[in-house]
Amino acid sequence: MKFSLKITISLKKGMLDPEALAIKHALNNLGFDVDSLGTARVFYLDVDESDENSARQKGQEMCDRLLANPVIHSYDIEVSGV
Amino acid sequence: MRFAVIRFGGSNCDLDAVHVLQDVCGVDTDPVWYKEGLSRKYDAILIPGGFSYGDYLRAGAIATRTPIMKDVIRHAGAGGLVIGICNGAQIAAESELVPGVFTINEYPKFICEDVCLRVENNSSPFTSLYEEGEVIRIPIAHKEGRYVADDETIRRLENECRIAFKFCDESGNVTPEANPNGATGNITGILGDKGNVLAMMPHPERAAEEILGSTDGKKIFDSMIAYLESL
Repeated sequence: MKFSLKITISLKKGMLDPEALAIKHALNNLGFDVDSLGTARVFYLDVDESDENSARQKGQEMCDRLLANPVIHSYDIEVSGV
Repeated sequence: MRFAVIRFGGSNCDLDAVHVLQDVCGVDTDPVWYKEGLSRKYDAILIPGGFSYGDYLRAGAIATRTPIMKDVIRHAGAGGLVIGICNGAQIAAESELVPGVFTINEYPKFICEDVCLRVENNSSPFTSLYEEGEVIRIPIAHKEGRYVADDETIRRLENECRIAFKFCDESGNVTPEANPNGATGNITGILGDKGNVLAMMPHPERAAEEILGSTDGKKIFDSMIAYLESL
C-alpha cells in the first residue's frame, strides 16, 4: 500500500535558531507584533509499505539515519493513505 | 608514510591540503576521489574543507553517508589518524567520529577572517609540537561552524582532555568577544574518544607557509608526521 509521509524536522527546544531570529526581526520591522518564531523543514514523501505502522517506522528510520541530527533536532511524522 | 586527502563533489580545499602535505611538509599524499574508495592502507586521512553536496540538508550530512566514509570510520576505529578541517570537521561530527555538531553561526552569515586559537591540549598526535596554552593564528571560513553539544558532552570532553582548540583573544583569553561564531565554550577543535581524530573549523592548511602570512597551522601536520614516525 502507498502511504504519504509528512516529516517535519525542527530544532529541539532551547536551541538557538539564528535564521528565525533574523526573520522575526524583519517581521517586527514591518510592524508585525511577533513574540516568538521558529523555523522547521518539511519533507513530503511516498512509501510503499504493508500498513501505516511500518510506514511510520520507515520514516523514523530515515530521520534517525539522515534527515535529522539527534544532537539538535526533533522530528514529527504524519502518515496518510494515498 | 602516506596520507590520503578525500575529495567529494564540492570539496574545494582538497588541493591546498595536498600541496601543503606534499610540497611543504614533505609527506607522500594521494588525493582520493570518494567514489574510488580507499584502495590501500593509509597512515592518515584528511577530510578537507569545501561545500560537499552544496551543504544540502546540513553541512556534511550527505558526504557522511557515502561508502568511502565507512572506510574512513574503519581506519579511525583501527587507530589511524583522521583530521577533518571545516567541511571535513562537519563530516567528522555527522559521522560521530567526534561528538556534537557544527551548525549555523550565531550571527547567520559566512565569516572569513583570521582568528586566534588557544592550544588546549598538546598531548594529542595533532598538537604535540605546540606548547599548551600557546596562541596561534589561523583563518576560519564558514557559515556553519558553531560547535554545539549538550552540557554532559562538554564536561566529558573537558575531563578527558579532548578539546584541542578554543577561540581566544591575542593574549589567550577565552572570552565571548573572541568567539566569532557562538561556539559552545569557544570550542573549535575536538578530539575523538581515542585521540586519533581531530575535527576543527579553522584552516591550518591556509596558515602553513610564510608567503600566506602565518605558519602556525603547519605544526598540526608536522605533529601528525612526528607521531607516525614515532610508532
